[in-house]
Parts: sequence; C-alpha cells; structure tokens
Amino acid sequence: MSFAVATSLDDALAAMAAGARPIAGGTDLVVGSRQGKGALPDAIIAIDRLPELAAIEVGDDVTRIGAGVTHATLMTDATVVDQFSSIADAAALVGSPATRNVGTLGGNVMNGSPAMDTGAPLVVLGAEAELRSVDATRSVSLDELWTGPGSTSANADELCTALLIPNRPAASGSAYVRLEYRRAMEIAVVGAAAAVTLDGDTVSTVRVALTAVAPTILEVTGLDAVVGSTIDDAAVAAATAASEQATPISDLRASDAYRRHTIGVMARRAVDAAARRAMGETIAVPVNRALGVGAVA
Amino acid sequence: MSTDINAIELTVNGVPYPVAIDTSRNLSGVLRNEIGLTGTKEGCDDCECGACMVLLDGQPINSCSYLAVQAQGREITTVEGLADGDELHPLQRNILATGGVQCGFCTPGMLMSAQALLDRNPDPSLEDIKIGLSGNLCRCTGYARILAAVDATAVELRGTSDS
Repeated sequence: MSFAVATSLDDALAAMAAGARPIAGGTDLVVGSRQGKGALPDAIIAIDRLPELAAIEVGDDVTRIGAGVTHATLMTDATVVDQFSSIADAAALVGSPATRNVGTLGGNVMNGSPAMDTGAPLVVLGAEAELRSVDATRSVSLDELWTGPGSTSANADELCTALLIPNRPAASGSAYVRLEYRRAMEIAVVGAAAAVTLDGDTVSTVRVALTAVAPTILEVTGLDAVVGSTIDDAAVAAATAASEQATPISDLRASDAYRRHTIGVMARRAVDAAARRAMGETIAVPVNRALGVGAVA
Repeated sequence: MSTDINAIELTVNGVPYPVAIDTSRNLSGVLRNEIGLTGTKEGCDDCECGACMVLLDGQPINSCSYLAVQAQGREITTVEGLADGDELHPLQRNILATGGVQCGFCTPGMLMSAQALLDRNPDPSLEDIKIGLSGNLCRCTGYARILAAVDATAVELRGTSDS
C-alpha cells in the first residue's frame, strides 16, 4: 500500500485521479479492514490536514460545512448547535470521544451506511454534497448520492469536499433521536431526524428522515398534509407515516417488526423536539441525553 | 498486498523514534513492537474496547485502528508518558488507591481517556466523566472505582492549581 499526506486540496484531487482513496480519521476504512470487510486500498491519500476541508462558513443563503469537520467540532460549534441542531445531536452520538475526534462529516456521508447518524439530519435540512475532482465541482442531492448500503453515485476520482445546507428560516428547529442499546460505540437500531417550521401554534413545514430502516437514509413522504395542523397532530402523523414507509430488515440487532414500531416512536419524538426548539426552547445537544431517549446510564 | 515500507519518525512522549514500517501497520502495533512501549494494549483490535487508547496531539484515538504513518508529525502520548520519573501521575496514584485496577488490561486506555478529559475539563461532573470514558470497556471493576479515581484526581489537581 502506498501512503501520502495531501498538502493541498489540488494535491488530494490529483492523487485520487491517479487511483488513491482518501482517508481522514480512518474510523470506517481502517476499522473495516481490520474486521475483514475489505483490504485497505492499494493507494491512500490522507486528507486530514487540509484546512480547506475543516471550515464552517456561514453565507447569506447557505452554510458550508467542510467534509473534514470532525464530529467533536460539529457537536460543539455554535453555528451547528444553534442553526442545525439535529446535526449536532447526531454527531454527539457517534462512537466515543476517540471516534468523534478523528471521524468526519464527509466520511460519515460517503461511507454510505443506512445507519449513519448524520445522514437523516442532513436530509431534513435539505443539504447537498459538494463533490470535486481535478476538472469539476458539482453539487448533488443526498437522494442522488446514496444508491444503496455502502455505495454512492460519486465517481472514484471525486472527493466530497463539503455539505451545503440552506440557512434556516425563523421559527424553525431540528432534532435527531436514536434508539440504541448502549450509549457509546453504538450503531443506530433506528433513528429519526425532523426539521419543523412553525407559524404560531401550527406547523408550516415538516420534514422527517429515517435511519437504519431502509437500504439508504429514507425521507418520509406525504407530510404536506400536516401543514396547518398542531404540533401534536403533526408528530402523530409523522409517526404513522414513518412506520408505514419503513422497509426494515431483521438482523442480530432487532427484528423488522420491532424496527417498524420503534421508528414511529422515534419520528414522533424527533418532531416534538424539533418543534420545541422552533418555539425557542433550549434542548441541549444531544436530544437523546437531554430528554432521556435511548439508553440510560 | 504490496509491502511498501516507509521510513518515518514518530514522536512518542516527546522522544523521536525513527521506524521503517509497512504503511498498512496500525499505530498500537508499532508502539508495542518497533518502539517497545508495551503499556498500550490491544484488546478487541476492532475499535470497540479502548484498551489501545493513546493521545494524538492531546486527543484520544484508538491506536489499534489508526495507521501509524498517519501519526507522523504529531505528538503521541502513551501511558508511559504520564509518570514523572518514578513518581506516578495523580491519575495512576488515585486509580490504585480507589481499587480501580483489577486485571489491569483496560487501565492504560482508561488513564489516557481520563487525561484527555481533565486536560479540557478540569471540573467534570460524574456525567462528564462517564462520557469521557465511554469508549473504554472494563470487564472487572464495574467502573465505579475508576470514576471515583478520575473525580479524586480532578479535585486534587484543582486544589494544586488553585493554591
């Protein structure tokens, strides 16, 4: 295996054009190889020292979160915690402090696991992934990006350089909750993210996306019907739709029936927490700990 | 599998060590076998148990699942870097005093996570300590005495710095 440290983004893109695979924290790539899921690539280019990938930039309409931003930063950065709370909720649940120190947003997204914690929040916030190669830069919706468990539509020479997230309107909030059996080094049994905008006491927009109940992160459809309803009614409708639309598998972690039931519970709690944040209530990151969702100490 | 050998230098506990290693080697293996610092343990070898925890530029990482070549140019701290000569670090002294060591296999990793926690949060709550150590498994102690040792160390170090 050949290994090199990229000294610039152009350097990294040139290496990828020549066939190298990128490594940031290695918390999927190296762990996967040690678990026997696949050999390490023949050529690796380290991208963890590139400041271009580690910035969070708030623009007029869009906030750009660099793909190299770590989970430890996402869960504490003031912009992410205040404006994109569901991403902070999710990042705070990933792995352990060691995982969060080196694991990155871009790595989580491009690993393409249907159980990724940051995926559902990014979907409900309407994020797009910025993919760059030597010759081109393009943005793709996450729906286009994720094509199946562990697979994306990105070309081999494309590096995810950032996630682009529309800035939030007033009176909006988002939250991510996860069913888990333990509080660290855990993979979501199921999880749900919600983004809610309120008009007084009623819901004006709601998006819900689901973790670990389909081959990719799944956005719940048909929620337009709850516009104008109360928060409670919207939460119940989201729960029902989530359980209906989920296509979970049975594995050693949970049965399909258990996942189908609990995804509704998670969707309801996510909508409720997002709406409370939209009303201005401070619910600390992560919602799982603040509201006692998931595993207790 | 190619066997590209890289001649690199790793800085461990402030000491530079030149090593020639296959690029696919993990950091814990190089620390133990090439550099000879066997305090760092390999437990699960799967990023689950935290026995291999070391600090990289002051932050905890699972060294079993971190490429050694990727640590070049960074400061690596292992459990051997805690003591000052023959004088144990307060974390080491307190974990012995509270009975937080039984088989001892998890202890180096626990100490490194605790050190990273106290470096960034000198006054942790019990919840903060649990989160700080949440990547470290212990199959002997039931954790209570380890948590007590970290708490006692925080109190002790605050007392020192306040005086």
